[in-house]
Amino acid sequence: MKELVIISGKGGTGKTSITASLAALADGPTLADCDVDAADLHLVLEPVVQTSENFISGRAAEIREADCTQCGLCEEVCRFDAIENFTVDLLSCEGCGACVEFCPVKAIDFPEQNCGVWHRSISRHGPMVHARMHPGAENSGKLVSLVRKEARTMAEKENSEFLLVDGPPGIGCPVIASITGADAVLVVSEPTLSGEHDLQRVLELTNHFGVQAMVCINKWDVNPVMTKRIERLAGEQGATAVGRVPYDAAVTAAQVNARALVEESEGEAAQAVRTMWGEICTKMQ
Amino acid sequence: MKIAIASGKGGTGKTTISCALALAISDEVTLLDCDVEEPNSHFFIQPEIERLEKTFSLVPEVDAEKCSGCGECGRVCQFSAIISMGKKTMVFNELCHSCGACVRICPEGAIKEVQKKTGLLTIGKKDHIRFVSGRLDVGQAMSPPVIRETLKYASKDGLTIVDCPPGTSCPYVTAVKSCDAALLVTEPTPFGLHDLKLAVETIRELGIPFGVAVNRANGEQNRISEYCEAEGIPLLLQIPEDRRVAVAYSRGQALNKVMPELHETLLSIPVQLQSLTEERKVREQEALV
Repeated sequence: MKELVIISGKGGTGKTSITASLAALADGPTLADCDVDAADLHLVLEPVVQTSENFISGRAAEIREADCTQCGLCEEVCRFDAIENFTVDLLSCEGCGACVEFCPVKAIDFPEQNCGVWHRSISRHGPMVHARMHPGAENSGKLVSLVRKEARTMAEKENSEFLLVDGPPGIGCPVIASITGADAVLVVSEPTLSGEHDLQRVLELTNHFGVQAMVCINKWDVNPVMTKRIERLAGEQGATAVGRVPYDAAVTAAQVNARALVEESEGEAAQAVRTMWGEICTKMQ
Repeated sequence: MKIAIASGKGGTGKTTISCALALAISDEVTLLDCDVEEPNSHFFIQPEIERLEKTFSLVPEVDAEKCSGCGECGRVCQFSAIISMGKKTMVFNELCHSCGACVRICPEGAIKEVQKKTGLLTIGKKDHIRFVSGRLDVGQAMSPPVIRETLKYASKDGLTIVDCPPGTSCPYVTAVKSCDAALLVTEPTPFGLHDLKLAVETIRELGIPFGVAVNRANGEQNRISEYCEAEGIPLLLQIPEDRRVAVAYSRGQALNKVMPELHETLLSIPVQLQSLTEERKVREQEALV
């Protein structure tokens, strides 16, 4: 089983649309959506949920008013400005437990937090693990790790040739949790100054963690000069350029119909994604 | 007033709108780029850089001479960032949340805090715009500390525009919760609507008044306007789908030049958000009475 993680650095470059197409092109892959902040892959693949479990992770402080002597020590020890007037602001609480530990009358509870929910599902292209963080919840990196672990178990059980992981944007903890130990990443970039800047950072990250990187450029024809610059940058950073996908109105049309582009269209963009998948398979052998 | 420009989905146009707002306003304005994992607004503002400032987080350092290996530090740490094995205590900086509990608990006074570099702030100016951009070092996992350092540069009494990170978890919450009002940016696709709903759910938890901006509006935006109407959310800006905008963006050119017709609408956004915050204050006072 080979694990390919689709990331982008910059958001909104087309990770999920491309992941959905690769899911349709691969032969019976296992799928995982690790963009747990704003998971969208299920909108295209419409998986049927088999099991759902709460994601319990971390704790948060809760002051028992009846036992609190209002000494103010909790407010003093809290580094996150989460305590004011002897009340904890749950959205600011980091779950460090310093106030709980140092409260002289032990008036602070520290219950576990339900941060989200994750599912094992079956989609039309293969089994799928996906999740949803509760609004404003902490520990998205840990949820990503959980989703990947479950998906790997599932891929092995199903004997899938590929595990395709739709990753989060950025370069922070959810991205690090998505790529460490993967066989390869596909970075979906766009031919813009921002795209170039963000690709540089994301390739520094994949190099830092020693993960093989491939790069494709979505909507490459918006700026052909920039496309060349980005492909050169990819090469300099030791990544392989595996495809150029042109701007095509069929991409949005497919999304609206809850279909992958390659299921809907024989157009230029769909052809480009098919060719790219061939490249990726060769590179990952 | 501090205005957050935010979204659940990435790449919807937060930076485009943040910069267009800052450029449209003629009075003094502060623009803070808090998308510290992938900051991009400097391309569109081209500020004259005045200085760079490193950001740091505190991490524990153990004095092996004083450490008795009692393990109290490891017991209080919720993040497994410090562990005692026998007489040796090890620190894992990348897991540390800088809460200081280990320092406070250590009975031997063997732990002190040292600074670890987490990122860099770029501080500059362009005409009427005070500009600060936060940038997380590659390989660092936690962006909220760099976001908090960037937010310290918010204007005391003037207008501040905060270009926020995408998502709905800690980075988004850290940037948005310090603001008085927010503009949630979306696009008229199923993904755009789905992630807008998540962003709305989160911002309602935070209790911040907000409006919505639709980017790449193409006649398909009914799904967004229907949702906003049903939810009573004001739609404050629509940027039509136009290849010229995409090309200008790709070259680092601001929206204002490509679509000068949006100028008045851009100027009206802070005014409308201001009145939303005032309405909210009145409602809160009435609730107290």
